[in-house]
Amino acid sequence: MQILKNRHVTGWLQAAPLTLILLGFLVLPIITIVIVSFWQATEFSIIPAFSFENYEFLFGSAVTWKVFMATFRYAFITWAFTLAIGFTVAYYLAFHIRSQPVQIALFLLCTIPFWTSNIIRMISWIPFLGRNGIANQTLISWGVVDQPVEWLLYSDFSVILAFVHLYTLFMVVPIFNTMMRIDRSLIEAAYDNGATAWQTLTHVILPLCKPGIMIGTIFVVTLVMGDFITVRFMSGSQRANVGRLISNDIALLQYPSAAATAVVLLCTVLITIAILLRFVDIRKEL
Amino acid sequence: MEKRSTGFWLLTAFFALFMLFLYGPTITIGILSFQGEGGGLTFPMRGVSLHWFRDLFQEQAVGDIWGAFRRSFALGLMVMVTTVVVSVMGGLAFRKRFAGSGLLFYLIIASLVIPSILISLGVGLIFNQFGMTVHWSTSGFGSQLTWTLPFGLLIMFAVFNRFDKSFEEAARDQGASAWQTIAHVVLPIIAPSLIGVGLFGFTLSYDEFARTLLTAGSYNTLPLEIYGMTTNVTTPVIYALGTLTTIFSFLIIGTFILTVWIMGKRRARLGSDAGKGV
Repeated sequence: MQILKNRHVTGWLQAAPLTLILLGFLVLPIITIVIVSFWQATEFSIIPAFSFENYEFLFGSAVTWKVFMATFRYAFITWAFTLAIGFTVAYYLAFHIRSQPVQIALFLLCTIPFWTSNIIRMISWIPFLGRNGIANQTLISWGVVDQPVEWLLYSDFSVILAFVHLYTLFMVVPIFNTMMRIDRSLIEAAYDNGATAWQTLTHVILPLCKPGIMIGTIFVVTLVMGDFITVRFMSGSQRANVGRLISNDIALLQYPSAAATAVVLLCTVLITIAILLRFVDIRKEL
Repeated sequence: MEKRSTGFWLLTAFFALFMLFLYGPTITIGILSFQGEGGGLTFPMRGVSLHWFRDLFQEQAVGDIWGAFRRSFALGLMVMVTTVVVSVMGGLAFRKRFAGSGLLFYLIIASLVIPSILISLGVGLIFNQFGMTVHWSTSGFGSQLTWTLPFGLLIMFAVFNRFDKSFEEAARDQGASAWQTIAHVVLPIIAPSLIGVGLFGFTLSYDEFARTLLTAGSYNTLPLEIYGMTTNVTTPVIYALGTLTTIFSFLIIGTFILTVWIMGKRRARLGSDAGKGV
């Protein structure tokens, strides 16, 4: 029984199920993808090999570069909108709602959609954005346009709209969390020293919210970069990002080529996060 | 109470617009799912009927959605229980540093940020190479855990960071064994958070799409079935289905929130009598 007293052993025992699951369904799959990315494929099967063919094809194709750029563009625009909206909402909840029950209720209202289906939430934009949708009917009845606007649905606009709709709460929650931990006397001190509300916001609150903003950024950027379903559905298959490149290869059973693209995507995402993590220590923020 | 500033009213308006943005579309398809028999996917409503809800019960109109619902429900429960148990154990483990704990922490974060399609592809490839058949209850189950566990663990880390260790010390001082301390002191204190972890476990599994796409096998889960419908169903029946699943999600979320609230009330009522005996 003495061995159970050792803190390493108890730690390992308690962490064992977690470790096994992550090894089996995270580490092993990634290793497999890396290995398969060097394999070759015929029309019918995949053949173990060690060839850089997939990577050569990937980096040699102009499409790849274009699609990667499109992916970054989606990530950046979505990030900018979710941050602006998320910060404003979190600021309102944290500093303008004074009754705690109301605060909790409004916060829950912001988070409930997270626990419902993303696909349904995407589908629910159709009656709004479609050719005869609410947006077009309104615009025509107001006389803003004569013809229905075509770019509302199945365009970059609808893709980014859906991303913002789906992922803003990933900004709201961490930013709200850091705001609630700001010592209120700091804000009083700012007011006492004659700062305006705007100055307090930019010189006191914003810098103190940086960890929350960073965590939200990591969520939004990785979710958008790894997405394939939102782009496919909201663009009516007319736009592409890296995730769609992978899922198209999978549909054609071109697993080695899909795996190579996946490896490049993974490296891109990890590098992006490594850069973001330089600004925040996640373990300290829990 | 001081007078509210203009800023407050502007922000309130902004928040109201945000709520409209968040819930408006869902409410719209809720209304449109009562579309009359001849109606289409957009307004105007051509009468009001339950026609599209009735269609959901006819297999030729929508395929095997009830089978898919049963599978998603069962899978959600499996993932929920596993997420709660594994997260609590993991949370307990991380209270002390052990060899490899730093690496394991980064693995948890990695699990959260790695694009879902990689898990789907990788798990699918492994099963393929070893000649195993992918099935929602094996490969699908494992793949979903890589998404639910990080959330469960992050909640547990936050809970244990704020946990007052003197409760445990008191239990130990009175002769409780390590197991008794956990079962009778630690678990009851963290119980409300466990309900939160359960909520994440169930709902994230129930709505999961990307990680299940290549790992569910020939029997679809509900999100996969719904996605399949989007490509070939062009009637409001898809809104009816969307409305039903959203209502189901709201019921589940409501149940979890209500449970936490009732527990809080009970705790306040039966709370500590320390200092009252004097």
